[in-house]
Amino acid sequence: MAPAKKRNVSSVKTAEKSAKKAKVDLSKTVERILESRKHANDVFDILESLQAEQEKEVISAVAACSELFCALLERKELFLGKLPGEEDALSGGYSAEDKYRIFMRHRYTSCVEILLEHLSHEHAMCCLMKFAAGEGLHPLEDLDWSEHYTFPERYTLSFVALVDNLLSKATDNSLLISRFQEFLEMEDVRYYVMSSIRDNAVVPVYQNNVFTLMSSISMPNQESELTNFMVKQEAKHEDWKAAKLHEHKRVFERMWLGFLKYKLPNSMYKKVLVILHDSILPYMSKPTLMIDFLTAAYEIGGAISLLALNGLFVLIHQHNLDYPDFYKKLYNLLEPSVFHVKYRARFFHLANVFLSSSHLPVYLVAAFAKRLARLALTAPPTALLIVLPFIYNLIRRHPSCRVLIHKPSAEDEPFEDPYLTDEEDPAQCRALESSLWEIKSLQKHYHPDVAKAALLINTPLSEQEDDISETLEVTTYELMEKDLKQPEIKSVPLEFETATRLLKGGGDVLGQHFCLA
Amino acid sequence: MGKAPKKRSLADKVRKTKTSSEIKNNPFEVKINRKKFDVLGRKSKHDVGLPGVSRSKAVNKRKETLLKEYKQKNRCSKFIDRRFGEYDTKMAPEDKILQRFTMERQRVHEKKDVYNLNEEEELTHYGQSLAEMEKFNDVVNSDDESEEKGLLSAELTASHFGGGGGLLRKKALGEEEEGGQRAKSRQELIEELIQKSKQEKRERQVQREEAQELTEKLDQDWKNIQSLMVKKTPKADKQEEKPKLEEYDMMVRELGFEMKAQPSEKMKTPEELAKEEREKLQKLEADRLRRMMGEEVVEGAQSQIHFSADDLNDGFVLDKHDKKTLAYQDGKWNMGEEEEEEEEEDEAEDEEGEGESSEEQESDAEEDEVEEEEEEEEEEEEEEGSGEDDGHSDLESEQESENEEEEEASPKPKKTLSKEEVKAQQEAAKAELPYTFSYNDLKDMLRGHTSDNQRLIVARTQKSNHPSLAVGNKLKLQKLFGFLLEYIGELATRSPPELSTIDKLIPEVYALCQMFPDAACKAMQSILGDAAHSMEETLEVKGHAAFPTLDMLIYLKVTALLFPTSDFRHPVTTPALLFISQALTKCPVRSLQDLTSGLVLCSLGVEYVSFSKRFLPELINFLVGTLHLAVQDKASLGMTLLYGRYALLRCETDLTYSDIVLQVTLWSSLCLCYANIKSYKTEMFIIVFFHRLTCLSTCLDLVKRCCLLYKDLPSFTHIFQPIRTLLSKHLSTQTLPEPLQIYDGCLPSFLIFRVPFLVIIRLDYGKKRGSTREEREKERLKHKYKREFKGALREIRKDSRFLAREKLNEVMNRDAERKRKVKELMGSLATQEGEWKSLKRKKK
Repeated sequence: MAPAKKRNVSSVKTAEKSAKKAKVDLSKTVERILESRKHANDVFDILESLQAEQEKEVISAVAACSELFCALLERKELFLGKLPGEEDALSGGYSAEDKYRIFMRHRYTSCVEILLEHLSHEHAMCCLMKFAAGEGLHPLEDLDWSEHYTFPERYTLSFVALVDNLLSKATDNSLLISRFQEFLEMEDVRYYVMSSIRDNAVVPVYQNNVFTLMSSISMPNQESELTNFMVKQEAKHEDWKAAKLHEHKRVFERMWLGFLKYKLPNSMYKKVLVILHDSILPYMSKPTLMIDFLTAAYEIGGAISLLALNGLFVLIHQHNLDYPDFYKKLYNLLEPSVFHVKYRARFFHLANVFLSSSHLPVYLVAAFAKRLARLALTAPPTALLIVLPFIYNLIRRHPSCRVLIHKPSAEDEPFEDPYLTDEEDPAQCRALESSLWEIKSLQKHYHPDVAKAALLINTPLSEQEDDISETLEVTTYELMEKDLKQPEIKSVPLEFETATRLLKGGGDVLGQHFCLA
Repeated sequence: MGKAPKKRSLADKVRKTKTSSEIKNNPFEVKINRKKFDVLGRKSKHDVGLPGVSRSKAVNKRKETLLKEYKQKNRCSKFIDRRFGEYDTKMAPEDKILQRFTMERQRVHEKKDVYNLNEEEELTHYGQSLAEMEKFNDVVNSDDESEEKGLLSAELTASHFGGGGGLLRKKALGEEEEGGQRAKSRQELIEELIQKSKQEKRERQVQREEAQELTEKLDQDWKNIQSLMVKKTPKADKQEEKPKLEEYDMMVRELGFEMKAQPSEKMKTPEELAKEEREKLQKLEADRLRRMMGEEVVEGAQSQIHFSADDLNDGFVLDKHDKKTLAYQDGKWNMGEEEEEEEEEDEAEDEEGEGESSEEQESDAEEDEVEEEEEEEEEEEEEEGSGEDDGHSDLESEQESENEEEEEASPKPKKTLSKEEVKAQQEAAKAELPYTFSYNDLKDMLRGHTSDNQRLIVARTQKSNHPSLAVGNKLKLQKLFGFLLEYIGELATRSPPELSTIDKLIPEVYALCQMFPDAACKAMQSILGDAAHSMEETLEVKGHAAFPTLDMLIYLKVTALLFPTSDFRHPVTTPALLFISQALTKCPVRSLQDLTSGLVLCSLGVEYVSFSKRFLPELINFLVGTLHLAVQDKASLGMTLLYGRYALLRCETDLTYSDIVLQVTLWSSLCLCYANIKSYKTEMFIIVFFHRLTCLSTCLDLVKRCCLLYKDLPSFTHIFQPIRTLLSKHLSTQTLPEPLQIYDGCLPSFLIFRVPFLVIIRLDYGKKRGSTREEREKERLKHKYKREFKGALREIRKDSRFLAREKLNEVMNRDAERKRKVKELMGSLATQEGEWKSLKRKKK
């Protein structure tokens, strides 16, 4: 191929140029090409430097390309319609003008190809998007516009290529994707990107990329918000799919379902579940399609189940999902680890919501209260400050649970706790026959706040429910600061037993097992 | 016509006599409000009503109030009853009557009756007050009693008793015989008598006045004389003694004055001291218990306890040591005494808490001490002046030479001071801290000394910078405390850690802490806060953190030494405990070193709660985890460990128990060393093995201690459930080495279940739920207002109806009256007319 040869020749020249010089040269070249068609062949120089080693050179070349081809697009100096082959163009009976256009059009195509190769540079990506916008304004295809829309077929294909490159299976493109996010603000771009994410593969990097891209999509809430288009389409705007919210939703839904169809690693499950309830479910046209996914996640157990609760809640609350044995499963989610996981606050917030119904059977509420109390024996103080008010709220909502605190029938006989810890069914665990001795134990807890909270059962519970939302996010350090940052301390009590040795005192536990060396 | 009213009145009568129950049972009185629906659980108050009764009640009430008002309308004059309490409705009528009666009595009782003992009533005899009569008699008797005593002359008798015996008559006769003219009438006699008595009275008065004058004069004279006498005698004495007083007596007297002060400070016997000490400890213990229960601390209950009343609360403890260094002035000191001094100092240190009496004794000498110390400082400055230019070595050499001199000088040196000791002495002597005292100064000061000397230096620094000596010293010492803490941390981080030095420094730290509790609290809090903060940050980033390092462990221990750990809430120990629990929860055990750190933390935790017996769940969790490590077949456990941090374990840390069985023979009471924490990696395999065994034994011992601590908790069994299953199923007793078996045995004895606790609960049904309290309250008030408004409207309507009826009645009555009168008039006119006509007819 002749152009290839030419390119090789010129490469020798460009490689020697310093980056800065190249930039100046390139902008000059662009000016020259745009000035007269005599210098049309200089375009090869630009394409050459586009493939250069040095990054700076590539960047300046990309800038030059975008300037050049955008101008050409505007001047309509690129060939319209179906592009004949380069050899055909030379041989066929085209006018010189057409030949020039065909030549330029071919250069444009090759430029796009090179840019797609260089997609890891954000400049390349921006340049491509600029081309896309330019093409939208000045379409290259000479087709019947009444049937076609401004995002022509070829163009969606280049979009697909772009997205495919973004969702690389080898490299983590999260930075690039975050740059791409600004284009996703535009309705039509978003629409076509969403429809171009289709196939999936069980490769972690790929899934990561897909997730990053998908989670950076922010959907509009109302049809009237669909205003920010990259390409304005005057005619047939109403029929354009990208201008319709329900179409957006449909594509969005298909994209997510397609993604979730495959087996995901646990960390990915967690990520999806974390954003599911507020950035996925509301924008699906049929949220109920998520039921399968959510129930599957809920069955997994552990932290994933905890996270799935949130989505399930939305479905149950707003979409009438009837979930059999929901409370039983919730009950079984209560394990000692519940107090130590990262999503503790979220879980207790939801559990509070689920258990706020006054139509729950007494045995169930009692089982929850007892289970939580039992688990409280191993919980850290921050969790205890959530759990204790939680249990009190349960008892307040269901006054018949008061037998847990006060059991007139069992006053004198020595009592063995009839509660069955290992029973999975809350109906069978005999919680109602038991009492909350655990809270009595926690009255001796070392932290004063916890002990005070536990002491509340000695007095009749107030009618007012405790608001647990404030304590949900408290960390141990914040708890510590409460004591450390006390404004003024009247007088600090001191130890009166005189300290003589390091290991003495306090029952000599340390001294007995350790010595100073 | 006459029948109807009669009947009505009869009916009223009947109604009035009827009891309320009869009325209620009367079906004609009762009105039943039919309910459309029966609502379960709703109490209906108004299903049965007695409209007749309630209406008549209302009417009566209106008659009493509204009607009266209506009738009084437009009337200005008003009858006001001013009797006491007439309008006071709160008073009972009996009270009113009583009050009125007493007021009446008070008005009657005027001033003249003040001395009337017969308060009850004025007794009279024939209209004359008996009291009056008695008084009159008294008056007569009172003044003239002395004169008229034994003056029962015939005249008097005659005058008083009128007639009389024969004697009188005789005399009278004689008089009559003497001079008939002189026979006077009874009237005259009495007048004479009165005159006489009056005259006598006057005379007496004059006499008395004279006597009075005389005594006054005498008094005056005496006074003059007396003043002379009083002035004279002391003067005479003083003049005599003055020359002697000069030197000896002054001293004697001064000594005497001092002696007077002594008895209050007499030496206490050892028993007394012990008793006092015991009482003080008891009080402190009670204090501690109260704080443990979370009650408010009485201000200053504890902080001052260690000091006597004379103490300035600045911890100034004098000992003879300082005094002895004064021997310096002569250029030499006595070596033999030096040793004693050190001992003494130690004693003083030990007695610090109790040494009230000794302190007081020494407080007399305090002034002198201060002066001496100042001198000492001057000396030191001189010394420094010479030494500073030449540098440290020169100083040392100088010291050495001095030392040699001393050795020569003292004939029998029992023990010469080592070079360092001398240096320490000197160091301490010039321990006046610079104004800008910094941590590096302290480090420089302590560098290169043995641990004992370091302690000595710190102690001396503390003393020579005592707050009572200079203004800025307090601040300096507070700083010193912070620096000491920092220094301790640094010692612990050195490799190898100088733990024995830390050990030696503890008493000093404690003493400083007792001096400045607030500053100590602040310093400790900042250390804890920093550590917790850094841990929190790593937790946020990584999700787990490394176990605290040795210096932090030591800080935690020092915290326990300085502050009471049993308080319900304490500004230092509560965060420290939180830190321990946080570390036990969030730090994964990855190596034997981590495990040892964890066990140290556990022991610290046990120490913290050993007195208050508070529940520390993290401690149990960690111990369970540690025991879990000892189980060989982990898969068979079938129990889920908490928060899976043990998954991170390497097999290196497995305390598998087959190993233990193998090594039973090697079992010994090997102490885990703090140092092992640092350098275990380089240890030989067997050492590691011992390490594992000791870890396990420590763990089991801690389990045992926890059992004892928490055996009173109601859910003891559930807390120890995992440990029990572990010990009974997987670490069965038979295969365990001997020392471990005892721990297993102690468990089942505590399996006591508790009686459920009783709480009285108010039941509240039928309350609206679901909204917040404020909303509910608002709803309630709104509802109430509506009801009240309606009720008020109804009442007003009824009132106006009642008034209208009354007005109508009035009008009707007036009309009827008028009609009647007109009728009457017409009747009379008619009769008149009739009469007139009949007369006319008669005329005709």
